[in-house]
Amino acid sequence: MTGNHDHDDLDDLARALDAATPAPRRKAGDIALAMKNFDALQGSRDAARPTSDRPKGGIFGGIRTMLSTLSTRGALAASTAVAALAMVALIPVIQGADLSRPGPAPTLTEADAPMTGAPMTGAPMAEAPVADALTAAPPAGRDLPAPAPAPMAATGAAEIASDAPMEDLRTFAAPAAKRMPGIVAPDVHLLPPETGTEAYPDFDSSALRITAQDPVSTFSIDVDTASWSILRNTLQRGDLPPAGAVRIEEMVNYFPYDYPAPEAGEAFRASIGVTPTPWNPGTRIVHIGLQGALPAERAPLNLVFLIDTSGSMQDPAKLPLLKQSFRLLLGQLAPQDEVSIVTYAGSAGRVLDPTPASERETILAALDRLDAGGGTAGQEGLQQAYATAGQMTAEGEVTRVILATDGDFNVGLSDPGALADYIAAKRDSGTYLSVLGFGRGNLDDATMQALAQAGNGTAAYIDTLSEAQKVLVDQLSGALFPIADDVKIQVEFNPAEVAEYRLIGYETRALRREDFNNDRVDAGEIGAGHQVTALYEITPAGSDARLTEPLRYGAEPAGTAGAAGTVGGPGELGFLRLRYKAPGDTGSRLIEAPILPDAQPLPDAGFALAVAGFGGLLRGDTWLGGWGYGDAIDLATGARGEDAFGYRREAISLMRLADSLSR
Amino acid sequence: MDVSDEDLAEAAAAGDRAAFALLLDRVYDRVFRLAFRLTGARAEAEDLTQDICAALPAKLAGYRGGARLSTWLYRVVVNAAHDRRRRHATRARAAAGWGDWERARQAALSEAAERSDWLLRAMAALPDDLRDTLALVLDGVSHAEAGAVLGVAEGTIGWRVAEARKRLRAMKEAEA
Repeated sequence: MTGNHDHDDLDDLARALDAATPAPRRKAGDIALAMKNFDALQGSRDAARPTSDRPKGGIFGGIRTMLSTLSTRGALAASTAVAALAMVALIPVIQGADLSRPGPAPTLTEADAPMTGAPMTGAPMAEAPVADALTAAPPAGRDLPAPAPAPMAATGAAEIASDAPMEDLRTFAAPAAKRMPGIVAPDVHLLPPETGTEAYPDFDSSALRITAQDPVSTFSIDVDTASWSILRNTLQRGDLPPAGAVRIEEMVNYFPYDYPAPEAGEAFRASIGVTPTPWNPGTRIVHIGLQGALPAERAPLNLVFLIDTSGSMQDPAKLPLLKQSFRLLLGQLAPQDEVSIVTYAGSAGRVLDPTPASERETILAALDRLDAGGGTAGQEGLQQAYATAGQMTAEGEVTRVILATDGDFNVGLSDPGALADYIAAKRDSGTYLSVLGFGRGNLDDATMQALAQAGNGTAAYIDTLSEAQKVLVDQLSGALFPIADDVKIQVEFNPAEVAEYRLIGYETRALRREDFNNDRVDAGEIGAGHQVTALYEITPAGSDARLTEPLRYGAEPAGTAGAAGTVGGPGELGFLRLRYKAPGDTGSRLIEAPILPDAQPLPDAGFALAVAGFGGLLRGDTWLGGWGYGDAIDLATGARGEDAFGYRREAISLMRLADSLSR
Repeated sequence: MDVSDEDLAEAAAAGDRAAFALLLDRVYDRVFRLAFRLTGARAEAEDLTQDICAALPAKLAGYRGGARLSTWLYRVVVNAAHDRRRRHATRARAAAGWGDWERARQAALSEAAERSDWLLRAMAALPDDLRDTLALVLDGVSHAEAGAVLGVAEGTIGWRVAEARKRLRAMKEAEA
């Protein structure tokens, strides 16, 4: 080895390292933090500073004048202006995200583009190349080190690899707004199911059934609403969704409807309405609406958020996502619930004293201040959180500390064993701990799980706003817990009144007729406050709209059934049977109700039908006849109602978008 | 015309806000770059840089005029990185008994393995003292100054650089 060679070697290294070193991206925030601490440190000394030269600073007094010009620029850039920039960068995330909405924010970004056509999920997509890189011989000319810890190969590689494309996507989106990827990321996660390579179940879309031959329709309820989010995402990207990705029932169930509440003591209430069909004057719609009970009495909840504000939490997929998630949660809390916020790492201390959840503005303001940085690294985060929790606890209340971090567990006890013991002791005294992991970078899964286990809580990884919705809103708040499992619906139509029927949507949720009474057959569950809507389009017997000819030979069973001891009342369109299990039960319960022809339309029926029709249009279904997007828009606009959260307004704008795209 | 870093540091230590702001603006990128090279991971480097910024005002009080600011600052960064590694090591030991999650954690912890860049991975495989030395030297720090930062003799730096290079080369050959 010659010295010359060595030298080149070192230069190569230096160059390679330079190339690998990323540009700092949080200078502004860090400097603001440093300036804040600087000011705090000066304390009383500071008061006199602007006018007097301190003895020690004497030698510097002479250049102060010169610096003052610099200082306007320097200090301003370092603190005020930059802080303002950081705010501006953050605002689009919060505003654009429309935080009240449960789905991911609707953002049309370029970052979506690279994902199009990619295979199903992030992990498999990335898995192949990396797995190759790790196991196969490195390609020629590429400096790839041999070591690949064997156990990592499967899961590890996938995880790692899925990180890389995300990072790329962020950079790709960066020029427009550096902080935007926070809402890009959720979208990206939603994308894969709609891409061309995803296999959708083959189904006969909203097939027509002839009552005489097939009078019984059985299906499992579905409270998923993912289809709507995917659809929104696709449309906003400028594409029409593939027909298979459109699940009409999920679209319809996305929206809240004003269904009657269940009687006290009932798990849910099934309402039945009958309305004219918007797209076919010769048929009618049987509208079944289930409203899950909201428990009137829930123990007041005390939540202490222990939030990691270390530098790496500034990543859009971390603190900003946490804030958005937190807003979602806030909407679910009752006025008697209390919230407090304690931070550690970047800034320390209690940033929000126990505050009733009704004081939304106060809480949100505290939340907004979180990224401003703060004092020196706090060591007592956890103790302080538990002390706060102790203050908040009262007889009959539920208290929980929620640790939100991206893996910095420097919460005050450095020995994890002692930390777990501490948390377990607190659990025994009634305060539980849940851990929310954000981001991927340095998430410490083991510690997270161990702490949550010790704290009798859950550890959840939050990567998208929908995941936050699921974890924070549906599970954590306790406001939404399952009230009925294995909910199945069976409708038997009366052939004397109904010639044909069509269940709109639920194609993938169909059950066999005999499975209805079989408690071992699994079905969907319904949570507290959940709503489920099912729509049947029916063709009354004798209607001109009938698509099939009555049989010429062979008696219509209608007559025979009617004669041979049918139990149904005269004129009934059909009969609704609904089975469900109370959570934990193995045997099911049965709810029955006749479908009467003079039933009044359910509240918001018009909007539900507009959305169902919209779904049919997106799938290119023929049962809509000449009914088009314009009709759907008119119907939805007329039925928009109060729409406090703007869900319906958004639906209408998506209909308009689809209308334009379909031309 | 240009005020030296050292003068700014002294003024800042005496409470001059503008001097501190200017100084920080000048050195921030250097701090981050070194933090990245010492940790080999962006998220780690960002946390480390934030820790340093938060602590810098107080630390500056300990800056004595005359010493080169860069030397002093490098030492601050290196020490902060050491503290951070120690904390990680403690956690790693205590987590060892936590069953299946340990493997997932190990995978997550070996962030260096996520680097597509072989150099960072190779550097992460070096012992801490060699890595620190190499990070400084590759950042253009002279052997004498690196010695001052790390508290070792200049000759030791030379030996460490040679040693680090030897190991990197061995790694490269091992995979060829």
